[in-house]
Amino acid sequence: SRTKSDSGVPEVPVSADDTPEVLNKALSGLSSRWKNWWVRGILTLAMISFFFIIIYLGPMVLMMIVLCVQIKCFHEIITIGYSVYHSYHLPWFRTLSWYFLLCVNYFFYGETVTDYFFTLVQREEPLRILSKYHRFISFALYLTGFCMFVLSLVKKHYRLQFYMFGWTHVTLLIVVTQSHLIIHNLFEGMIWFIVPISCVICNDIMAYMFGFFFGRTPLIKLSPKKTWEGFIGGFFATVVFGILLSYVMSGYRFFVCPVEFNNDSNSFTVDCEPSELFQLQDYGLPPVLKSITGWTTVKLYPFQIHSIALSAFASIMGPFGGFFASGFKRAFKIKDFANTIPGHGGIMDRFDCQYLMATFVNVYIASFIRGPNPSKVIQQLLALRLDQQLHIFNSLKAHLTEKGLLPALEEAA
Amino acid sequence: MTELRRRGGGGDPDSTENISDKEADGDDRLAFPGEGEGEMEGDSKADTPDVPPSTDNTPQCLNKALEGLSSRWKNWWIRGILSLTMIIGFFLIIYLGPIMLILVVMGVQIKCFHEIITIGYRVYHSYDLPWFRTLSWYFLICVNYFFYGETVADYFGALVQREEPLQFLVRYHRFISFALYLAGFCMFVLSLVKKHYRLQFYMFAWTHVTLLIVVTQSHLVIQNLFEGMIWFIVPISIVICNDIMAYLFGFFFGRTPLIKLSPKKTWEGFIGGFFATVVFSFFFAYLLSQYQYFVCPVEYNSETNRFAVECEPSNLFMIQEYTLPAVVQNAVRWKTVNLYPFQIHSIALSTFASLIGPFGGFFASGFKRAFKIKDFADTIPGHGGIMDRFDCQYLMATFVHVYITSFIRGPNPSKVLQQLLVLQPEQQLSIFNTLRNHLGEKGMLPPAVEEAQ
Repeated sequence: SRTKSDSGVPEVPVSADDTPEVLNKALSGLSSRWKNWWVRGILTLAMISFFFIIIYLGPMVLMMIVLCVQIKCFHEIITIGYSVYHSYHLPWFRTLSWYFLLCVNYFFYGETVTDYFFTLVQREEPLRILSKYHRFISFALYLTGFCMFVLSLVKKHYRLQFYMFGWTHVTLLIVVTQSHLIIHNLFEGMIWFIVPISCVICNDIMAYMFGFFFGRTPLIKLSPKKTWEGFIGGFFATVVFGILLSYVMSGYRFFVCPVEFNNDSNSFTVDCEPSELFQLQDYGLPPVLKSITGWTTVKLYPFQIHSIALSAFASIMGPFGGFFASGFKRAFKIKDFANTIPGHGGIMDRFDCQYLMATFVNVYIASFIRGPNPSKVIQQLLALRLDQQLHIFNSLKAHLTEKGLLPALEEAA
Repeated sequence: MTELRRRGGGGDPDSTENISDKEADGDDRLAFPGEGEGEMEGDSKADTPDVPPSTDNTPQCLNKALEGLSSRWKNWWIRGILSLTMIIGFFLIIYLGPIMLILVVMGVQIKCFHEIITIGYRVYHSYDLPWFRTLSWYFLICVNYFFYGETVADYFGALVQREEPLQFLVRYHRFISFALYLAGFCMFVLSLVKKHYRLQFYMFAWTHVTLLIVVTQSHLVIQNLFEGMIWFIVPISIVICNDIMAYLFGFFFGRTPLIKLSPKKTWEGFIGGFFATVVFSFFFAYLLSQYQYFVCPVEYNSETNRFAVECEPSNLFMIQEYTLPAVVQNAVRWKTVNLYPFQIHSIALSTFASLIGPFGGFFASGFKRAFKIKDFADTIPGHGGIMDRFDCQYLMATFVHVYITSFIRGPNPSKVLQQLLVLQPEQQLSIFNTLRNHLGEKGMLPPAVEEAQ
């Protein structure tokens, strides 16, 4: 069979019907088209409910879920690579792919853990050493994998092995960095995790609905089912949805506070004084809107303004992530990434539009919302040499005195 | 086109050996049977890109001078002369200072990127792919902009604070870089053409892996450079020395092959090169540690608007006495020896260069065999392309950078101060108090300040 598929393209295995028996029985009466609709609908509802449940369960569970999704996406993409290159039996390669996944995750989680669990880490001696030499250890682990790869090069399979090496690294770059940015966003406040993902999901659904009811002009050759009507309708619907959802969520501390690790209770807490972003403020309406609605000011959370930016990005750029995945599927002649979710395809199929969103939110937060993390700055300060600390101390003192934050008494020094 | 057909149909020397490679070629040669394009790809699918015979790049003057010698000696002489030229060039640019070095590093990076991308074009016959050349260079510029922006913001803090447009660029640097990258990403998606999807995705991935390898390395090199020129010179010299020493030891004593991937490498060369390199680096580090020019961090002087390398050398570069272990004491009859601590570190660097550095070379050899090319390019007569010279350097820059951050220096003080000044005033105040307590404990503060607490 290897020579037969030489002429092209990996044979797509016929989609196994993954629908659970119970659904099949319940829908056995309906025609095939409606059955498909119902299966998709039920699964969509199931996924959304699942999403709410894990939000309720808290940050720890969310992190676990993100990790699992990441592993599954990685597995799906690597499996596609195997089927494209018939390289399933390549020596060592499966081990190496998972090893590299472990290394990169270790590196990223190590960086996050050190930042957020600082006090815990300082307490435990082995953790302290691991954290101090973290980069060195991660690099050494990666190098081991690299050397194993070089030693595993087999005479007849050089090109295949290099392809798979490249394939693994690009997959890691895409999947693992995204998932870690998601976790960074999560620590900023669960609202920065929930709102972006919801906006993308909403855009997906709304664009589909608008396209279904009003769709006429095709959007891009790559995805013939997408239409301009769906695109534009989805855009407006998502912006409105984003504003309303942020309004609902900004009222609760559970969503709005940064996730912190409480050393005494050894668990995550979300308790704080909400920042300015999440306090109602008065905004004067522009005269146009004033005359229409008859209100002079409107009470909004500043976060709702930011949510407009987020939903605009989700509606405009999110689809490009989808087109990228569509192009990828056409390039390798596969219908879906996998068959994990009945009616929907693989996990990766659901997450392709999320692809750029996490990075955008992270960059957005870093650029417009928060400054550097104060505990991280203290950490770095205390790691400096004493004379450097003194120098910074003096500069800071001068700065604070200028701003009038220090009592004049200090100036005598 | 006819040439390609002939190559595809004619005697295929690798036909029996590389069956699976051929299949892989078959898969990625895009034989889309239903579409008209299939013709050209279908024919060349049997084969890997034919390597154009190495054009003799040797300049005329060398050719004339060496015309008397036999071909083997001629090759030796050319390699020797070029090696010497490159080493002299290296010393010259060190003399010219940090700015020159940064520019040269950037030039090398661009050339390496170009070489690897060109190989990609040849492998996939994708030279005429719409937009792709533009997109590759665009991504290179984006990633460089991102990295240089991060460095500039750190080291040129004072300059940046002065100029208003620079301040804006620095504050929103990540956002701007991301927006630029996204523009390229969207251009890529919009440029996907029906018959070339797979090719385009391959070239996209090829570009990104190349960027990952080449550009991150070159930026780590520059960051090492800012730490002190010695952190740039010593690692590179060690790798070059290991290359040359392993070659010489292998030439004179070589017998047992090291690895199937590079049949010319021998265990004798490997071990001999290891010891020779450690000794070389030990003495070379001793030599360089004496000069402030090499040892001081490169700093940008805001007043003179130039780079300055002047400072009080750190502990690492001041001679200290080490007591020899008893064994060596009996052998040598010295009790203590005066060394720079940096020489101890140089042993670690040279060990890495000798033991792991060659893996970078094997990786490049495997790559060349996989794509059936003899050299990355023909830039340097007798040596191949720039990438051929730099393949062993590949891991060294990353190692040195990780080594420095883990064992040598802590965070950069000016960067910490920058971050401090951006925080909220209450946060600044709380940090100020923490710092005051900490310094008070250590006895660093003058008593007057402590009393005012």
